[in-house]
Order: sequence, then structure tokens, then C-alpha cells
Amino acid sequence: MNARYLGRRLFGALGMLAFVLVFNFFLFRIIDSDPLAKYRGRVLTAEKRAEIIEKFGLEGSKWEQFVRYVRQTIRLDFGYSTDTGRRVWGVILELLPNTLWLVGLSTIITVSLGLWLGAKAGWRRGSRFDKISTGSSMLLYAMPEFWLGMLLLVFLGSRTGWFPTGGVRDVAGDPSGINALVDRLHHLFLPTLTLVLAYLGSYSLIMRSSVLETVREDYLTVARAKGLRDHDVMRRHAVPNALLPSVSLIAIGFGYVIGGAITTETVFSYPGLGLATSDAIKNNDLAMLQALFFLSSAALIVANLVADLLYGYLDPRIRRPGR
Amino acid sequence: MARFGRQFLADRAGVVGLAILLLFVIVALTAPLLVPHFEVTPAAGRGNPDLAPPSAEFPLGTDEIGRSVLAQLIWGARISLFIGVVATLVAVFIGSAVGVTAGFVGGRVERILMAIDDWFLVIPFLPLAIVLAAVLGSSATTLAVVIGVTSWAGSSRLLRAQVLSVKERLFVERSRALGAGGWHLVTRHVLPHTGPLILANAILTVPGAILAESTLAFLGFGDPFQPSWGKMLEGALASGAISLDAWWYYWPPGLCIVAVVLAFTLVGRALERILDPRLTDQPMSR
Repeated sequence: MNARYLGRRLFGALGMLAFVLVFNFFLFRIIDSDPLAKYRGRVLTAEKRAEIIEKFGLEGSKWEQFVRYVRQTIRLDFGYSTDTGRRVWGVILELLPNTLWLVGLSTIITVSLGLWLGAKAGWRRGSRFDKISTGSSMLLYAMPEFWLGMLLLVFLGSRTGWFPTGGVRDVAGDPSGINALVDRLHHLFLPTLTLVLAYLGSYSLIMRSSVLETVREDYLTVARAKGLRDHDVMRRHAVPNALLPSVSLIAIGFGYVIGGAITTETVFSYPGLGLATSDAIKNNDLAMLQALFFLSSAALIVANLVADLLYGYLDPRIRRPGR
Repeated sequence: MARFGRQFLADRAGVVGLAILLLFVIVALTAPLLVPHFEVTPAAGRGNPDLAPPSAEFPLGTDEIGRSVLAQLIWGARISLFIGVVATLVAVFIGSAVGVTAGFVGGRVERILMAIDDWFLVIPFLPLAIVLAAVLGSSATTLAVVIGVTSWAGSSRLLRAQVLSVKERLFVERSRALGAGGWHLVTRHVLPHTGPLILANAILTVPGAILAESTLAFLGFGDPFQPSWGKMLEGALASGAISLDAWWYYWPPGLCIVAVVLAFTLVGRALERILDPRLTDQPMSR
């Protein structure tokens, strides 16, 4: 692939990441900059004061603080949770797998289902299928994700008892092996269903527009003139080309792995990064919030980069010199 | 203008949306007349049964500290609409300023502005809003500004595209030849052409802002003395209304959010259909 294209995109991504660091520093150190404030009026020994200053990295000028902050971030040292006192990165690592399961599973399902629905709706524009599918997408978009979760919790969880109402595994028993997997999936079902329903509409609408645009292209007329059946025209010519923007979407969908399930995890008390965010808000744990913001931004910046590169690879028109 | 009105009234979906919207706006504006503010303060719950089902005295039952759910629903409309509209104004203002400047000035300024725009498009909205609200505070106005600042990115591209297309047109060249300056061109030529589209875009931005506000309220942000639909849902979850099946507590706020969001979406789409027939997906006759 064109090295210049790659280089430019990479540079752009690094720039965005740098800006996140500056933004974070500005917000947390300059606007809200005095952790010593809550000790005012109390006796503070010289040692304790020095300890706090070191812990929060307040020594030196603002510039020195910033450099230290950047160095620490690169080393994945996000400081200590002002709530539990534990190392932030440690907590994040512990909860990450749960969120990966949830967001990974739901993204795969949402994308596959959404693309299929959207392609079908776009191909048969104006049909009853299209109208129902577009209408439901609009309705689902209007429902807040957490409300959808709460309704599912009521109907499939507490009223019927079919699915657990929270957590990630059964605390009573201690299943292992295949039982552990089944138990995990059992607990994942409702949160995953919530996320899938919440975002299905967006993917399907985008795929639909993409198909609608592709349908106007000339090469489809040629395919039809050649005598290909409608279904084949769709499958072999329209869909692959309409899929192009969707590839980017898939990459970006995975980018939401860190910041994408905040309210859903809260509703289902699912111990992942989303619930950690929610707790951090309640406890005003700024160190945790800052770290989670940085990581979720970084994930999306990387995802966008991957999406751009994939798109460039798949669609040669983008890569031409001068772009 | 009259023709526009007639066209709009012919659009059934748009009219339904507008009707729902008017209902909520009226309720929001007349809230103090309908329900004294005292009813939504914690003190009002004293002596009332907690999480009680609907009755003559409490048409929508009570919440976990005994306050009337209906009262909170009515007052919640004020916050949701206020923040939704103000946030949208902020977003559209920033987006328009950035888009018009970028389109008009071009060159380096345009590149810098579009890079900033890109950044806001890439960064995940909720984590950004959370850190901003955590540091800046959660009064209604602050939240509105936070939501506005995090959601302007989409509008600026739209405006920049409009400005670029207008720039090409002949009458702009002629105006310039006559000595017209940039400001004159913007206000007399660019804005009248793009104004209606800005309006449609703004109306379609409100749903996002309302959903954002309800999400932030659900997570715990928001003035503790003002009820909000999102906060009601958080209360429903935290108080066990789910397991106790206190449906009067968790259905109404959610339904209201859906109704208002759909209303704005229907009106906005109707406007789009009228203003830009190329966007029409359905046959014009309804």
C-alpha cells in the first residue's frame, strides 16, 4: 500500500492521541488541580504533605508535571484510585476481560445481523420489509440503552427467572470447564441482547443507505444486461461494494470495547469497565475516570486508524497519490 | 413561507411529531401551574407510602421515598427539554461557526478546524461528557454546555459543504467583483441558502442531546434538586423497582423519552424532505 497514505494516517492518529493527553492534563491538573484542598484546616505533617505531592505528581512546574504525566501514561501508570487506593491499571486489567466478552460478542452479532437486515431493506426499498425494518430502527434508536436493558431485565430476568438479573457468574455454585462457559453465556445473554437491540438500527440503516447508493451505479445495469439473476446481482456485485463503508464500521464498533457498555453494565451489575466507570462517577474517583477516558479514546483512535487502512486497502480509489 | 406551511401539514409523520412536541412543550412550560415544585423535593415524600401503585391520590404511584411519580414526570419534562434545546443551540452555534469559517477561509485554518472536528468525531462521546461533567460540575446549564460541546462535530461538515458549494456560484463572484466583503457574503448569500438546512439539522440534533442528558442523569449527573427522566430511571433501578415490579416507576419516564425523541425526529425528517427533495426515499405523495 502507498507508504504516504499509511504515514499520513499514522501521524494523524498519533496527533489525536497527543491531544487526548493534553486535554486530560488540562482538565484534571489545571482546572481541578488541588488534591491538597481537602486537607485544608487539618494538621499536615511535612512528611504527609510530601507523600501526597509525590503520589499525585504535583512536584515541579506545570511543564515538568506534564512531561511526567506523559511518561507515566506510556508506562501505563495511571496512578491510584482515589476511592479504593488500588492501582488503577490493576483494576482495569482485572475487569477488562468481562467487558471484552460482552462488547466483542454483541458487536459481532450486531454487525452481522445489521448488515444483513440493512442490505435486504436497501435492496427492496419501499417494500414492507423495508418499512418495518426502518421503522423499528427509528423506534429502537429513540429508546435509551439503559431503559431497554431495564425492560429486558424485568421481562426476561426478574418476572420469568429465565436469566440471571446481574453479575457475570453464579456465585453460589462454582462451575468449571464447560459449565463455567455455559454459566458465563447465561449471564451474558441479557446485556448482550440489550446492546444488540440498541445498536442494530444504526448498522442496518447505514448498510441500507450504502446499498441504495450502490444500486444507482452503472455496473449493476451491466450485470443485469448480462442476464444475471436478481439475487446473484445483489450477492456478487452490489453487496461487496456496498460493504466497503461497513468494513470501517465494524472496526470502529470494536473500538468501543472500552467505553461502549457503561450504562448496560450498570443496569446488569456486570463487573466490567462500564460498571467501574459508573462507580467511579458515584465516588468521584477522578484518577479512574481519567484513565478510562484515555483508554477508551485510545481504543477508538486505533480502531479508526485500522478502519482507514482497511478501507484504503480494499478501495484503491482512495489511495491515489494526492489524497 | 405559506407554501412551506402547507407542505409541512401534508406530511403526516411531521404533523404527528409536531403535535407530540407541542404537548410536551406546553407541559414543560406550565409545570409550576400544574404541580407545585414542593412535590418533587424529598420532603414531599414524608408520610406517604413508598413505591405505592397508582391510586386516586397518586395517579402514577409513588417513588421509593413517597413522592408522586406524576409530579416528577411533569417537572422532568422541563429539564429534559431545557437541556436538550440549549445543548443543541450550543452545538449548532459552534458547528456553524466552525463550518462556515472553514468553508469560507479555507487553507490552513480550514485544515486545523477540520482536524479538531475529526478529533471530536473520533473520541467516544460518553466518556468525554463524563470527564467534563465530573470536573466542571452538573448544574443544568453546565450539562447543557458539556453536551453541546461534545456533539457539534457532525453539523460543521454539513455547513462547510454548503459554504463550499455556494462559494462556487456565479453570483458570489459577481458580488465580489462589486466589492462585497466576506461578512456581507456570509450574511446575505450563504446563510439564507443554508439557513433552512441548519434548522433541520438542529432539530435532528435535539434527540441526541435529550438521550445524552438522560444517560448522564442516569449515571448520577444532574442537579440533585431537579427531577429528570433519566434520574427517575436511576431511582427505579437503585430502589429495586425492577424486582418489585413497580411498573409505574420505570415505564412512564422511558416512554416520555421515547416520545419526545421520536417527535423531534419526525419533525426534523419532515423538514429535510421538504427542503431537499433529493433526500426523499419515499414517493412524495402521502
